[in-house]
Amino acid sequence: MNKVQPEIITDFEVRSLDTMCVNESEQQHPWWYNFKYLAVGILFGIVFVKAEIISWFRMQEMFRFQRFHMYGVIGTAVVVAAISILLIKKYKVKTIHGEEIHFTPKKFNRGQIIGGLIFGLGWALTGACPGPIFAQIGMGITVMVVVLLSAIAGTWVYGYFREKLPH
Amino acid sequence: MLSTFFMKEFLQQPWPWYVAGGFIGLIVPILLVLGNKHFGISANLRHACAACFPGKISFFQYNWKKESWNLFFAGGILIGAAIAAFGIPDPNPVIVHPELVTELKAYGITDYSSMVPKELVSWSSLFSVRGMIMMIGGGFLVGFGSRYAGGCTSGHAIMGLANLQWPSLIATCCFMAGGFLMANLILPFIMKL
Repeated sequence: MNKVQPEIITDFEVRSLDTMCVNESEQQHPWWYNFKYLAVGILFGIVFVKAEIISWFRMQEMFRFQRFHMYGVIGTAVVVAAISILLIKKYKVKTIHGEEIHFTPKKFNRGQIIGGLIFGLGWALTGACPGPIFAQIGMGITVMVVVLLSAIAGTWVYGYFREKLPH
Repeated sequence: MLSTFFMKEFLQQPWPWYVAGGFIGLIVPILLVLGNKHFGISANLRHACAACFPGKISFFQYNWKKESWNLFFAGGILIGAAIAAFGIPDPNPVIVHPELVTELKAYGITDYSSMVPKELVSWSSLFSVRGMIMMIGGGFLVGFGSRYAGGCTSGHAIMGLANLQWPSLIATCCFMAGGFLMANLILPFIMKL
């Protein structure tokens, strides 16, 4: 049991640092269970390309108020997701493995303002947020590998200076 | 035969926003029901750091393997995009707002055959000043900013807003503010470099 203990602590650490984008499940499964997320990713990737969400031009149009498309995509996604979450909470829907579904409230810190602005600058510059970067590599725009590596470098630099940055 | 033809025609064309938005919105409950996973992508960048070069940085000291579902999800996006781009390609050029076409023409951008302007986003432009700023600089800001903000468009603007988290609303507004600033005020200078 001694081996399990530190793992739980580090896991809690990840969750407390950023509640979004993390593994909320307490269950342990063989690694190949992850293929179901690969399948969801494939669906996401197809939508990304077919709805031109990965287009640099669409992003520029969005930030210039020239086309409704991206506002429509994000708006519809939020409404559909919000209704789904409401239903999950109301009917206490469980996961397919019978686990209760958890939601972690997001705490406010100044990072959401400063980091948000920095992210926005990069979003308009590259015309891609993290998801579309993966999609663009997949559709053969191989130079986006450079953007991805640069984004990983940016994350690393943030991690390095994290303690010194205002939050 | 006729129905296959129409199906193919429908799939090839750019999908309308409500179809795309509906699909993306549904990914949120699908991930939750499949295994309590919160929709988000930018955490992958952190997992990459934790897996490859954690150094002695406490921010990268965690069991990234437990979060590997996120890497599978990102891998799926890559495969899905390849399927869509090569399996059901849209042969038509991207239709872009005429005002943007005029603006981009002034910067020497006239190629609409790809989802990205080839004059800007390509290996050959990587070593030009503006290409370097856009790809290396832009990528850096995306990675730094998304982790600083605790999420990106998926984690904050979709998952966070749908779960009625006000910090995510603040983050989303800042994403948009940063984007407006870049696209309208800063980008014109970078384009002229």
